[in-house]
Amino acid sequence: MSRIKIFSLVNVLMLSLFFTKAASCQTELTMWWHAAGEPAQMALVQELVDEFNASQSEWKVVTTAFPQIAYNDAVVAAGLAGTLPDIIDIDGPILPNWAWAGYIQPLDIDESLIANYLPGPKGVWDGKLYGIGMWDAAIALVTRQSYLEELELRTPTLEEPWDAKEFQQALDAAKNSGKFDYALDLGMAWTGEWYPYAFSPFLQSFGGDIVNRSNYQTAEGALNGEEALAFGEWWQNLFTGGYAQAMQDSADRDIGFTTGKYAFTWNGNWAALGILEAYDDTIFLPAPDLGYGSKIGAASWQLSISSTSKHPDGANAFINFALQPHNLARFSEGTGLIPATAVAAELTNNYRAGGSMEVFFELSDSQGMLRPVTPGYPVMAKVFEKALADIANGADVADTLDAAVDEINANIQQNKGYGHK
Amino acid sequence: MISPGFGLIVFFIILPFLSAIILSFTNQRLISPNPTEYVGLANYKQLLSVGVLTLDPKRNSNGAVVRDKNGALKYPRLRNFTRNNPQYPHIKGMRELFSWNVGDNQRTYILARDVVFIKAVINTLLFVLIVAPGQGGLALCLALLINQKLRGINIYRAIYFMPVVVSIVVVSLLWRFIYDYESGLLNNLLSSLTFGAFESVNWIGDTDFALGSIIVMSIWQAVGFHMVIWLSGLQTIPPSLYEAARIEGASKWQTFRYVTWPGLRNTAVLVFVVITMQAFALFTQIDVMTNGGPLDSTQSIVFQAVERGYGKQDISGGSAISVLLFVMVLCISLLQRWLTQGRS
Repeated sequence: MSRIKIFSLVNVLMLSLFFTKAASCQTELTMWWHAAGEPAQMALVQELVDEFNASQSEWKVVTTAFPQIAYNDAVVAAGLAGTLPDIIDIDGPILPNWAWAGYIQPLDIDESLIANYLPGPKGVWDGKLYGIGMWDAAIALVTRQSYLEELELRTPTLEEPWDAKEFQQALDAAKNSGKFDYALDLGMAWTGEWYPYAFSPFLQSFGGDIVNRSNYQTAEGALNGEEALAFGEWWQNLFTGGYAQAMQDSADRDIGFTTGKYAFTWNGNWAALGILEAYDDTIFLPAPDLGYGSKIGAASWQLSISSTSKHPDGANAFINFALQPHNLARFSEGTGLIPATAVAAELTNNYRAGGSMEVFFELSDSQGMLRPVTPGYPVMAKVFEKALADIANGADVADTLDAAVDEINANIQQNKGYGHK
Repeated sequence: MISPGFGLIVFFIILPFLSAIILSFTNQRLISPNPTEYVGLANYKQLLSVGVLTLDPKRNSNGAVVRDKNGALKYPRLRNFTRNNPQYPHIKGMRELFSWNVGDNQRTYILARDVVFIKAVINTLLFVLIVAPGQGGLALCLALLINQKLRGINIYRAIYFMPVVVSIVVVSLLWRFIYDYESGLLNNLLSSLTFGAFESVNWIGDTDFALGSIIVMSIWQAVGFHMVIWLSGLQTIPPSLYEAARIEGASKWQTFRYVTWPGLRNTAVLVFVVITMQAFALFTQIDVMTNGGPLDSTQSIVFQAVERGYGKQDISGGSAISVLLFVMVLCISLLQRWLTQGRS
């Protein structure tokens, strides 16, 4: 009896020794990802990690997933405590903030992999590449071909989008038809980053901006100049004129367009697959040109390496592995997001020439505009969101934008210019 | 002889409290490569500065006052004075808090540097002023109702207590559906009760109703907790006193006024102090339901502290708000203590 016991114990010990030895051949790299609760994306991440781990014997990536809503908090807390993982994924617009704070380090990426990249997925701060995305996202004005015909509207194209007058006519036609609860679904239910991402391009199309991008030291004139005031009046009229709801519940955002509540929906390509399923005559229109060209937001989640990582060479190896065109294509196929290069786009069903979402690739390439590339962005985003919500709710446009400018400028000063040169 | 418990209190309560006071005099950021600097009272000045401006109405070239369509006087825009105007340096960057007409046509404006914070203070005080008596009184009524020896009374106790054990986040989410403008339970209920005569109200999307809606929901949520405290107080009153009152022929009101209420004295102090403190900490309902909107009508002090300290990465500003809140709650608690002790 006891002999058998001892024997099996030795066996177990030897086995465990063997396994730890096998594991210790590969150095462990930790990675945090923002998409817990999104099984499709997490499965793709796991597949990528498994392939990388099997492809070489030096590194072993281990993933921890967080729900998106708690992700930035977790990273900031870990950054303050000095316990960041080796690889983190970051939402593009806050990358300069974390780079400035010293949380992440510049990447070492094979130039050939990112030579023909879309502009959005590159996370650059202070002239150095700190983050690189496998995909980009784009927004379009989504409607149905049958609606356009019924309302007798011209179908806008990338070369000839609707101008401000035509867009207004379209909204009026939809409103006066009496067929819809509201002409336009802007997605007011999605508070937070959606506001600057989806709505600041309207401001830029009017000729204004959240901050003066020449040196990022003031918002005066950009956010409260004549162009911005015109944008503010236009924005307010969307709500006071009865074209859109200032307060929307999230169910309306999710299914309002597909149940015929709205004539147009301002939505991202991640929602496109679902809408295509509901209506087979769905079309994706470019953003209206409100004076200074059609604009949409660019930049989505990006891979980067923490400054406290002990193995940046391993982390860079993983990121280089992830950027291969077939990996970009696989993520796009699984999630509906836009692959970051034209080569990868050709490998997908949706984005290759003639694919159902090809237009998004072109939108992203030709109209994509980064949100202000400055460490002060997280504060600007909050201020901008509040200003737009207040104006939608009827606040005085000039006073609200003035107050937003003051708050942004005070914040820039408190942070000694955020390190812009 | 420091026990582990005291160590924990020092670590998790006293140290954070002291650091909030210290940080409120600096320019500490949440994440920043810049060194922290002492800035004196700058954070407090930013929060509390107010100014006054009196304006004459606009006049046309003949010197007559200009009126708009409704006959109201027109005044020059405040931004002409508060922005880029070197003649008015003391009100630079301030915004209107409220204004009224004085004497012949003139209008006086009260300006504040941080309008959002001042509104948060006003909203929070209003919230406390309504919730403290409302919730305490309702809890006492419920406690009196269920303090009877009836069959199945425990079922009522459980029902009234139920909202307390549900997380406030869940309660807030549920009430957001109840208050929904187009498909909410409340609007549908009122509409069917009045056979469609009731016009839907945007309960949390209308500046006139938002804070009131949050107050009603908050009173409902925690009323069960205070009911239980009142109930424990009621059960400490000796039955012999009630018997004596009955023999003396006291009416129900007299019994309450001269037996029950004096017997609840200490309980009342506890209940009102606790409600006041909880009401000052108003945060979750705002965060889940309104984010302080519409038009700042539901901003609260704690929501602003979190929004600034964490959302806008301004730890020093958030700390200054926390310290101001502490001072306010301390003053009110001392006042309550003085009032309740003074008479005994």
